[in-house]
Amino acid sequence: MAPLIRWLTAVLLLACATQAVGDSIEIRDFDSPVQKERYRDLTSSMRCPLCENQAIGDSDAPISGDMRDRVYTLLQDGQSDTEIINHMVDRFGEYILYNPRLESRTYLLWGIPVALLLGGGVLVVLVVRARRNASTASLSASERDRLDKLINRKRSP
Amino acid sequence: MKRRLLLFLPLIGFLVLAAFFYYRLGEDPSYRDSALIARDFPAFDLTTLDEPETRVDASLLKGEVTLVNVWGEWCPTCKQEMPQLLELEDRGIRMIGVDYRDTRKKGRQFLNQYGDPFELNIFDPDGDLGFDLGVYGAPETFLVDADGVIRYHHTGYIKPEDIEDTIMPEVEKWRR
Amino acid sequence: MLTKMIPEIGHFALIIALLMAAVQAVVPLAGAATRRPLWMAYARPMAAAQFVFIGIAYACLTVSYLLDDFSVATVASNSNSLLPWYYKFSAVWGNHEGSVLLWSFMLSAWGLMATLFSRNLPRDMMARVTGILGLIGAGFLTFVLVTSNPFARLLPNMPEDGTDLNPLLQDFGLVVHPPMLYMGYVGFSVVFAFAIAALLGGRLDAAWTRWARPWTNVAWAFLSVGIALGSWWAYYELGWGGWWFWDPVENASLLPWLAGTALIHSLAVTEKRGAFKSWTVLLAIATFSLSLMGTFLVRSGVLTSVHAFANDPSRGFFILVLLAITVTLSLLIFALRAPRVSHRVGFGWLSRDSLLLVNNIVLVIMTVTILLGTLYPLILDALGLGKISVGPPYFNALFVPLTTVLALFMGLGPIARWKRMPGRELYSRVWLSGLVALVLGALIPVFYGPEWNAKVMLGMILALWIVLPMLRDLVSRVRASRSVVVGLKKVSLAHWGMMLGHLGIAVTLVGVTVVSNDNVERNVRMAPGDSTEMAGYTFIMEELGERRGPNYLADTATIRVEREDGSHFMMRPEKRLYLATGMPMTQVALRAGFTRDLYVAMGEDLGDGSWAIRLQYKPLVRWLWLGGLLMGAGGLLAVADKRYRRAPGRTRRAGTPETATPSEGAS
Repeated sequence: MAPLIRWLTAVLLLACATQAVGDSIEIRDFDSPVQKERYRDLTSSMRCPLCENQAIGDSDAPISGDMRDRVYTLLQDGQSDTEIINHMVDRFGEYILYNPRLESRTYLLWGIPVALLLGGGVLVVLVVRARRNASTASLSASERDRLDKLINRKRSP
Repeated sequence: MKRRLLLFLPLIGFLVLAAFFYYRLGEDPSYRDSALIARDFPAFDLTTLDEPETRVDASLLKGEVTLVNVWGEWCPTCKQEMPQLLELEDRGIRMIGVDYRDTRKKGRQFLNQYGDPFELNIFDPDGDLGFDLGVYGAPETFLVDADGVIRYHHTGYIKPEDIEDTIMPEVEKWRR
Repeated sequence: MLTKMIPEIGHFALIIALLMAAVQAVVPLAGAATRRPLWMAYARPMAAAQFVFIGIAYACLTVSYLLDDFSVATVASNSNSLLPWYYKFSAVWGNHEGSVLLWSFMLSAWGLMATLFSRNLPRDMMARVTGILGLIGAGFLTFVLVTSNPFARLLPNMPEDGTDLNPLLQDFGLVVHPPMLYMGYVGFSVVFAFAIAALLGGRLDAAWTRWARPWTNVAWAFLSVGIALGSWWAYYELGWGGWWFWDPVENASLLPWLAGTALIHSLAVTEKRGAFKSWTVLLAIATFSLSLMGTFLVRSGVLTSVHAFANDPSRGFFILVLLAITVTLSLLIFALRAPRVSHRVGFGWLSRDSLLLVNNIVLVIMTVTILLGTLYPLILDALGLGKISVGPPYFNALFVPLTTVLALFMGLGPIARWKRMPGRELYSRVWLSGLVALVLGALIPVFYGPEWNAKVMLGMILALWIVLPMLRDLVSRVRASRSVVVGLKKVSLAHWGMMLGHLGIAVTLVGVTVVSNDNVERNVRMAPGDSTEMAGYTFIMEELGERRGPNYLADTATIRVEREDGSHFMMRPEKRLYLATGMPMTQVALRAGFTRDLYVAMGEDLGDGSWAIRLQYKPLVRWLWLGGLLMGAGGLLAVADKRYRRAPGRTRRAGTPETATPSEGAS
């Protein structure tokens, strides 16, 4: 299965080559700057289902063009960002979201960094509190002596 | 001793990661299932390739297990897939085609040249049905059960060995 | 006749190099373990021999490219007789086989340098360091010979001509970017070797950190410049005007950079204060392991990426084995030999020690976050939990706050004193800088840029907060001296290096925030005579034309850009059709500047004599890469400091305090 699909993607659409072809340059009229901004955010946070790793806003693949058209149409229809995202996910799957939704399988994705930040803060407090009362002498005299010896050691003949 | 055990944590973490890497070697990271599995075939209202006046909709897919193949004249692998589709038709499977992002003329030419296993071809020049099916390239094949629910999705070209290995077992499974 | 044998000579040289590496790995390590000076003495000559033989192999491969020997498979598939000589030269590393050879060559070069510049190292330490580098070298050479032989022949069916180098790689950016990046990746092998040698020798003292510091700085400098070059290349070559995509391959380069940054700082603490000993060793192992893991991710095909190499699971398996052996062994040695109890080195809440602790924790969180985001889809998929993607929105959402925390502490770090300092003193040193940073940072976005933006303000405040306290510190030092020259001379090179590195971060930070938030982009329909205005420039389409290039046809546009003061310049974007492949490509027109770039790309012919044109105004985008260059310069400058190359024998008076005054560099 796997090699087939790779072969297929390779053959199917060379348009996904890394170099831009310029097909993603489209002229669209927006009702407002806010709508334009929403369009930009939406097309830059959805992944082209065909290409290796590109947002539909950057991709020259035909399917990305179709998806941009759809995002634009739905925006013109007055749909909300969530509605547009659901519309796309219904058809192409969660895979196309660069910003994975918070759900049971992504709890750790969002949770670990937050936990680390909290844990890091606690760690700093614990380490400094433990060290605050320890001796503030830096290297011990013998250590310093040894360091100097090692650093300045004459080359062994 | 406790602290010594703590020092083994990085090692354990790495080994777990390495196991995942090993498991994923040779797998295709871009392979994925269709989002439409276990959902109704999307609603549509389109004409057929042969008759611009005849309109068809999703009720077409009800009553019998059907293979829906999305193809287009512009798609080189669709040509290589055709013998397998003809074989599937020979085996008595109901086949419906979706001529995706094509012109009538080219679509008909294609079928004349490479064969026509389809009971009917839905003509989808703007790719609307294709979009609702989440098609991002052709060929793609959907297995729809008698209730019109999508049960299986095959991305890309059906190789000769896929008929026995995947397609037939899936068809048998949903016929019951 | 001899020229026909060049690939075989190269192949043999590679085999000999492998043998040398094996000897270099086994004999000195065994010698160090059994205290046999003769065995240990193998280290240096073997490192030199390995370097020479890989050098011969590398030269042979390069000559094969230059002589168009298309009987060599890699040459046939990556070069062409019409390719200019300099691209033939760089085509050597434009593919998997050649790039691994370059990697091995650099590894041997680092190894040789380590033996040459560390002559005052104790003999057993030297032997262990060289032996470990030999082990890594032997692993990579085996990898090259077994799975990726660049000298494999296509005889007797050799092609008439080569299939040419991917046009995307025929570019100056691709000539310089990979070698810089590899120098960085590979360079971390030296500090890794030092760390393992210190563990093996049971001497986790301040000495190994002092030896390891300059090597870390150099590797880090190369990696910084390499990443910056890669971003610059993507920006002008990929045609979207993007400069960072949070793509797995990009993340793979950022991981060792972040870990390396943490390592540089923790080495400083360990050297100066003897604290965090085990932690520093772990970071040294992690940094190099992440470099190796990046290689695995890029070349094994387990992730989808825009830039990945041709994927081959058998190669992926080999690298995974190499990675597993290296990391497992080193972490095992770490777990078994890292000191269980170190004597407590004390420091207070307000001290450079505690600030560097925060620095390390934040950098490690950043590293883990990137690792998590990059590998999470892979792990979910392996567990059968479905396919998801993790991309820019996720990373941006986490990196803005993390960078903010890091920058807040970065302002204090360089001016804080080791051990402890009274809050009053720290306050007196920074209050003015803080105030100025707040005021200026809030005001700059008001006068500059299209509209006031909270994120730009935050970026400006943080950048100023990083720079101003250092500047104030420098001024006060110069004031304390007799003259400006004397004052500036008193500042050590290491300190200058640290300041440059931090300045680089601030400059990049400004670039990132401004270009991300004040970027103006417009897609317009333009026919000759049409004009449009954007960000104070007027773009006038003068004419559309066609042009025939050497191997392509191009539609061209000539656009006159007028500034507000009436002066003007021309921009000429093209849309090319490459004849051989039938591939269309846009050739953007780029007007680079210190304060802004203008970026013009052609889209599609709209049929009525007009074209879709994308205009982009990218303020301060150059600062992104300028910051990277400053960091690189800082890293190199710090190495030039004389304390790293104190002449052997010229002993300092015993008992001279080794602890630093607050002025001394920590970077």
